[in-house]
Amino acid sequence: MNERVRKLREQSLNAINRLSHERAVLVTDYYQNQNTQGLSKPVERANLFEYILMKKNICINDFELIVGERGPAPKATPTYPEITLHSLKDLDILDSRPKVSFRVDEKTRKIYKEQIIPFWKGNTNRDRIMQNMDKEWLNAYEAGVFTEFQEQRAPGHTVLGKKIYSQGMIDIQKEIREQIEKLDYYKDKDAYDRREELKAMDVVAGALIMFAERHVAKLTKLAANEQDSKRKEELEKMVAVCRKVPANAPETFHEALQYYWFVHLGVITELNPWDSFNPGRLDQHLYPFYKKGLNEGSLDTEKATELLQCFWVKFNNHPSPPKIGVTAQESNTYTDFTLINLGGLKEDGSDAVNELSYLILDVIEEMRILQPSSMVQLSKKNPDKFIHRALKIIKTGFGQPSVFNTDAIIKELVRQGKSVEDARNGGASGCVESGAFGTEAYFLTGYFNFNKVLEITLNNGTDPVTGKQIGIQTGDPTKFRSFDQLIEAWKKQLNRFIDIKIKGNNIIEKINAGFMPVPFLSVLIDDCIKNGKDYNAGGARYNTSYIQGVGLGSITDNLTSVRYHVFDKKDIAMAELLKALKANYRGFDELRHKLVYETPKFGNDDEYTDRQAVIVFDCFYDAVNGRPTARGGEFRINMLPTTSHIYFGSVIGAMPDGRKAGKPVSEGISPVQGADIKGPTAVIKSVARIDHIKTGGTLLNQKFSPVFFNTEANIVKLGNLIRAYFRMDGHHIQFNVVDAETLKDAQKNPENYRDLIVRVAGYSDYFNDLGEDLQNEIISRTEHRM
Amino acid sequence: MKGLIFDIKRLALHDGPGIRTTVFLKGCPLNCRWCHNPESRCFDTELYMHVDKLEGKVFKKQKEIGYWMTVNEAMKEIEKDKIFFEESGGGVTFSGGEPFAQYEFLTGLLTACRNRSIHTALDTTGYIKREQLKNVYKLVDLFLYDLKHMDDKLHKKFTGVSNKLIIENLEWLSNRKRNIKIRFPVVPGYNDSEKNIDLMRALLEELYPDVKHIDLLPYHKMASSKAERLGLKQQVYEIEEPDAFKLGSIRKKFEETGFVVGIGG
Repeated sequence: MNERVRKLREQSLNAINRLSHERAVLVTDYYQNQNTQGLSKPVERANLFEYILMKKNICINDFELIVGERGPAPKATPTYPEITLHSLKDLDILDSRPKVSFRVDEKTRKIYKEQIIPFWKGNTNRDRIMQNMDKEWLNAYEAGVFTEFQEQRAPGHTVLGKKIYSQGMIDIQKEIREQIEKLDYYKDKDAYDRREELKAMDVVAGALIMFAERHVAKLTKLAANEQDSKRKEELEKMVAVCRKVPANAPETFHEALQYYWFVHLGVITELNPWDSFNPGRLDQHLYPFYKKGLNEGSLDTEKATELLQCFWVKFNNHPSPPKIGVTAQESNTYTDFTLINLGGLKEDGSDAVNELSYLILDVIEEMRILQPSSMVQLSKKNPDKFIHRALKIIKTGFGQPSVFNTDAIIKELVRQGKSVEDARNGGASGCVESGAFGTEAYFLTGYFNFNKVLEITLNNGTDPVTGKQIGIQTGDPTKFRSFDQLIEAWKKQLNRFIDIKIKGNNIIEKINAGFMPVPFLSVLIDDCIKNGKDYNAGGARYNTSYIQGVGLGSITDNLTSVRYHVFDKKDIAMAELLKALKANYRGFDELRHKLVYETPKFGNDDEYTDRQAVIVFDCFYDAVNGRPTARGGEFRINMLPTTSHIYFGSVIGAMPDGRKAGKPVSEGISPVQGADIKGPTAVIKSVARIDHIKTGGTLLNQKFSPVFFNTEANIVKLGNLIRAYFRMDGHHIQFNVVDAETLKDAQKNPENYRDLIVRVAGYSDYFNDLGEDLQNEIISRTEHRM
Repeated sequence: MKGLIFDIKRLALHDGPGIRTTVFLKGCPLNCRWCHNPESRCFDTELYMHVDKLEGKVFKKQKEIGYWMTVNEAMKEIEKDKIFFEESGGGVTFSGGEPFAQYEFLTGLLTACRNRSIHTALDTTGYIKREQLKNVYKLVDLFLYDLKHMDDKLHKKFTGVSNKLIIENLEWLSNRKRNIKIRFPVVPGYNDSEKNIDLMRALLEELYPDVKHIDLLPYHKMASSKAERLGLKQQVYEIEEPDAFKLGSIRKKFEETGFVVGIGG
C-alpha cells in the first residue's frame, strides 16, 4: 500500500473507540426545540434526519480521498437515545469494561446527566417495547431462552442493490414525487399514510444532497488553504465528486464509491440498524465504472486499488454502536458486520467473477483490518482460480474471506418465494444471512437457546437456575419410557417458547413500524417507494423475520447421551443422570468421563448421532417457518450465534453431554468444541445432514492448522473440500488458520499479538478484544491437522 | 472373511492424488528399525493402556489396537467420503503394515473399489509374492512403492528381509506400465549415503520414464514416542531427523536425471 493508505490505516487502527454525544444532543435538541406538532411520524423522523445532517460536524481527515464520518471523528461513535438510553452507570461500564469499551469523557457524562437522560428517561423505544412484553416473554427473556435484537438497535439488516449506480438522489426524488401524484385518495384507504411516507422520503433524499454540499463547502475551504499543490488538486477533485454525487448518478469509480459512502452514513445516522449497512456485491456494482475508467484512461489498477483502500478505511472507522447488557453479550464486538460479497452469479445466471473480484481480494489481503468483513460467493460456475486465490488469503489467518455457496443461497431465496433474478442479485450479509440485495427487508429478531429448552424439559418446565416455572409441565423425565417421549416433551416446550417469541416479535414489529419509520433506508430498498410504505412497515418487495437457532452441536450431543446411555445401552439411569447434572458432576467423575469420552458425538459422520441433529432442526423449522409476521412477511429460521453461544452457555447448568454449568454451548452448526475427531470430511458430512436450503443461512466454523495450507496441492484439495460441501448444499464455511499454541501464547502475552485477528462466528475479531471465556472456547475448537 | 485394520484416516493429504481415505492394514513381514507405525507390525490385535484426561484427572483403561472388519464394513467407511473423492480426483489408499500380507482381504477391497469406481492407491513395501502381485496389480491405480536400501546385506540388517524380491517386483511392475511412485524413507546414518543414493538412482534410471516420481519421506522422531505411549515392546534406535540441506541435495540428484521429486509425499 502506498504512503497515504498506510497513514490512513494507521490513523484508523490507532483511533480510540469513544462515545460521541453529538447525535444524542442533536436528536434531543430537535425534539425539545423544533416544532414537530402536527407532523406525521415519517415526516417528523425525516425532519430529524435532515436536522442532524445539517448540524453535525463535518469531518474530513488528512490524506483521505473518500470523505464523511458518522461522528465528529473516526471511531467517535454516536448513540441513539430514541432507541435506547444509556444510564450514567451504563456509561461507566462502557468506559471501564475490559473488552469492547468506549471512552466516555466528562463532558459527555455531564451532557447525559443534564440533558439526555432527563429528556429520554422512560420514553425510548426500548421502554415502549419492554412495557408491551407480557410476563411469559419477560420470564423467557430473563432466563436466556432467547434474546431480543430490537431491544437496543433498530431492525435493518439489509444490503443495497444496484439502485444508486444508475440513479442520483434527484432522480429518486422525481420518482417519489411521481408516486405522490399518482395516489388515489378515493380508492386507496392508505393514501394519506403513503403520502406522508413519500413526503418523508423526499425530505431525506434532499437531506443527503445537502449533507454532500456541506462537504463541498468544507473541501473548497481546505483546497483554498492548501499549500501542497498535489493535495490541493486532490481536494478540488473531491469537491467535484461531492458536487456530482449523491445528487446525480455516478459516472466514475471514485464517484460510485463516494456515493455509496454517503448513503452508508445516511443509513447509520438515521438509526442504528443491526449490521450497519452493506454495499453487497461490490465487484459487480463497480465493474462498469472500473472498465470505463480503464478504457478512457482516467483510471488504472493502482488508482482503483488506492480508492478501494481508502474506502476500506472508512468502514474501519465505524465501530458498531455501543451495546450493553444481553445485547452486548450476544454480539460482543466492535464489528458492525458489513460484509463485502465477491463472485457468485450475475442476474442472468452466468459466472460473475471478474478482474475486479481479484483486485478486491488483493485489497482485502493487503489491508488486513477488521472492517469491512469480506466473503467470496462460490457457485459451481465460478472458476477454481477464484477459490484458490481466496484460500491463499484465508491461509494468512485472519479469518477472511469466508466462503459461501451461491447456488445454495439462490435455492434458499427462491424457496422463500423470491424471483430467481432477485435471488441471483442477492448474497449473504451480517454473519451468514441470505438476502435478496436491494429488495428485501430481513430482520434478525433474536437467538434461540435450544439447550436451555432441553434443560427446562429435563426439569419438567422449571428453570433450575431460578426455580421458576417458565415452561409447561411435560412430565417427570424419570418416567419417560422411550427416547421419543423426551423428544416429544422437548418439542412441546420448544413450540411454546417459539410462540412466545413470535408474539413478542409481532408486537415489536408494529411498534417499530409505527414509532420508528426509516424513510432514508426506505428510499434505498425496492419497492418501498412504489408501495409508499416504510421499510419497517413492510414496504420492501420481500419481508422476512428470522429466529436464529443456537447450539445445534450441543443439543445433538445432549440428546444423544440420553438416547445412548439411558434408553439404548441402559447403563445410566435417568434419575442418576439428573442427579449428576444437579450436582454439576461433583462426585460423578466416572459418569462424566463416560459421557465425554465414551459416547457418540455430533460431527463424526455417524448416523446414530446425526439423527438427533436432524430432529432438532426439523422441529425448529416446523415451529417457525412460514408463519406470518406483523408487517406482512414470513418467519424463517437460520443457524448462527455471533457470540450468543457464550451467553447462552452461561445461563445453563450442567448438561448430559458432560458439559459443566456455565460453559459455552457449540456455535453455529459446528460440532461441540473438540468433539469432532474424525476430521473435516466427517464434520462436513454430519452438518450436511440438516437441510440447509430450508434456512436463511447456517454457519460452519473449522479450525485448521497452518500446515494444511502449506502447498499448492493442499490449497487445491481444500478447494475440493469446499466444493464437495457445497454439492451437499452446505451454505457457508469459514476457517481459522492458526495453531492452538499461538493462541495460548497470545492469551498469556497479549502485548505480542495486538494484530492477531481470529474467526469468531460469522465475523473476525481481534483476539485481544475477546473475553477470556470466548478465547478459551476458540482454543478448544478442534484444530484439524494432517 | 475379515481383515485386521488398525486405523482408517479420512482426509489424508499425503497418500496420493486428491482427498483420500487411508486404510491401514495391520501386520508387516518387515521389521524396519525406523518404522513410524509401531502398532502396524504385529499380525494380531494388541493391548495398550489408553489414557483420557478430564480436568486434570486421569482415566486409564486397557484397550485394543486393531479391529477385524469385513470387506463390506470397510467399504462402508471408505464410501463415506466418496463425494470428496469425486470432487478432488481422490480415492482410497491401502497402507500398512504391508497390505499384501492380508492378500485375500486386500483383493476383496480392491475388487470392491473397482466395482464402485473408486481410485485406489497401494502403499507397499514391495515384499510381495509375485503370484499375488500378478493377480491384483490391474486393480491398483497407483503404487506407492517403498525403496529402502540397495545393499542387500544392509537391507537385511535394517529391515529383516532381503531386497531382491522388492527390486524384482518393481522391475516387473514397471515393465507393465503401471502408475508407480517411489517412496524413499530418508533415514540418516542408515540409507542416506552417497553410494546408496547413486545405486538407487542407477536402478531407477533404467526404469525411467515408466517410473518418474519419487517422494522423499524424511524420518521423523514421532515413531519412538508413539511406541512408548502405546507401551509397545520394541527396540528403539536413536535416529536423527535429516536436515533440509541433506534432503535438498538428494532431491537435486534425482531431479538432475529428470525425476519429479516431492518431499513428504
